[in-house]
Amino acid sequence: MLSEYEISALLLSLKVSVCAVLFSLPLAIIMAWLLARRQFPGKQLLDSLIHLPLVLPPVVIGYLLLISMGRQGAIGSRLYEWFGLSFSFSWQGAALAAGIVAFPLMVRAIRLSLESVDSKLEQAARTLGASPLKVFITITLPLTIPGLLAGTILAFARSLGEFGATITFVSNIPDETRTLPLAMFSFIETPGAEAEAARLCLISIVVALAALLISERLTRMAQKRLAL
Amino acid sequence: MTLQITVKKHLGELLIDTDLNLQSSGVTALFGRSGAGKTSLINLVAGLQQPDEGRIVIGDRIVFDTARHINLAPEKRHIGYVFQGSRLFPHYTVSGNLSYGQRIKDTHQQHVIAELLGIEHLLQRYPAALSGGEQQRVAIGRALLSQPAMLLMDEPLASLDEPRKKELLPYIEQLAREVNIPIIYVSHSLDELLRLADQMVLMNQGKVIAHGAVADIWNSDAMLAWQPDDDISVILEAHIKQHSHRYAMSCLDLGNDLTLWTPFISAPELSLVRMRIHARDISLVRTPPEQSSIRNIIPVNVISSTPTNESACLVTLQAGQHKLKASITRWAAEELGIKPGEQLFAQIKGGSISRNDQTHLQPFSALTNPYLSHKN
Repeated sequence: MLSEYEISALLLSLKVSVCAVLFSLPLAIIMAWLLARRQFPGKQLLDSLIHLPLVLPPVVIGYLLLISMGRQGAIGSRLYEWFGLSFSFSWQGAALAAGIVAFPLMVRAIRLSLESVDSKLEQAARTLGASPLKVFITITLPLTIPGLLAGTILAFARSLGEFGATITFVSNIPDETRTLPLAMFSFIETPGAEAEAARLCLISIVVALAALLISERLTRMAQKRLAL
Repeated sequence: MTLQITVKKHLGELLIDTDLNLQSSGVTALFGRSGAGKTSLINLVAGLQQPDEGRIVIGDRIVFDTARHINLAPEKRHIGYVFQGSRLFPHYTVSGNLSYGQRIKDTHQQHVIAELLGIEHLLQRYPAALSGGEQQRVAIGRALLSQPAMLLMDEPLASLDEPRKKELLPYIEQLAREVNIPIIYVSHSLDELLRLADQMVLMNQGKVIAHGAVADIWNSDAMLAWQPDDDISVILEAHIKQHSHRYAMSCLDLGNDLTLWTPFISAPELSLVRMRIHARDISLVRTPPEQSSIRNIIPVNVISSTPTNESACLVTLQAGQHKLKASITRWAAEELGIKPGEQLFAQIKGGSISRNDQTHLQPFSALTNPYLSHKN
């Protein structure tokens, strides 16, 4: 049904997006918690920095990644030297670019959800002998699950669609960094490949719709479970 | 257990400024109008708010002291807190809520408490499926199971409607008698005070006006401001001398060979009961009538007589070892020529004391349940 080429692009897209979301989730929870619950100097600046990828052109992010995280980049060269880790022209680089672009969406959703958790419940847990960490794990986080789900799916969808930063940072290499949008771009560039481009377009729509439906379903289940 | 609360705390317009030393056992009611700072005061004790300065000592544990830079976190204070709303965790079952604060999971203990509060049949449900009264009972159980050294209750009945209040009050009453933990009970209801409290702290605008045994404070002039003009009352604490099963009446021993007949009280003879006697139910006569439907005609001495408004007058009386207050018209007071020191007779209609006006004070130790006391 699907050609080998399409399966490769689809699997690569899913791999890149899942990794981008999984690795940014813990950091997003910490940032959302800092922004929702803490007062500290430089909070406004941190908030702006986190939101920057939302307003910057993706090509700028790709360029910044290229000069900082590339093999010759200030951070990238050290990472390669110390850990043998290289982001340039690899699918890991694509995941990094997707994660950064999707990060503000994830933080926003989790932050909103954290702000709506009733702090009176947290106080009650403290009087029952729970340390702040136990309160966070047993009360705050479970009550944030709808927000976590929403943030994760939103970030996942954004990662699937990531194009500009990816092509700038890790180029368009078949089987390595050629995700669905990049593959589609290649076909559009190629004369006479309109049918292939349309097929990829359909696949993208199906994947996005599936993500939305699953998120809807999970959110409803979580809300029912939490009796909200 | 001793409780010392010497704190200052600015809260907007209100300054909480207390210097309180309590021998806290049984139920201590923190009584005052809304906005008097009652809830804020117990929040300071629980550690949910910090005083600007001062010192809070519970038993031999200093939980807060600005001079010595001590400020224990709420979870280290071992203070149970039952809030005005139940604050149950919506994502835990009743059983999960109950065991949340248990240091060692002990299902037997959970069942003892669940039985005491009548919530065994609810253990597997989620809080959203419970009525307000049930939620509040679970919240009480949850606080007790954390084995606190002290229990704070912030108007646990306030968020409930009348029928739910009537349903929950007996549970709290029973709990107060069975649990060997000092309880601080915030309230602005005279009925709850009458039925639950052993001692009380009267608060107004952030300050403590009076504290002591409930009957002493209730019968003092400080309490007059909190009683409606047309329903001033006194509290009597007396032992039951005998029952008359034939007429369904009980006889209280007021000391000095004086007795008071009331509607039947379902408590054994010799047990201590607390009665509220309304001033409007007492009338005064110079000479006792020979034949009267009124069962209680008690010789009294007039302590004072003060007008309460244009037409009414409040007469404070000494009856044996007890104080009574009679509300009569100023017209009658002038005609009888009531003066301090005079001897009169107080007529109290036996049937006028309703069931809501009496409560049975049991000793704590007799019923103390080993599962309900604090272990360190």
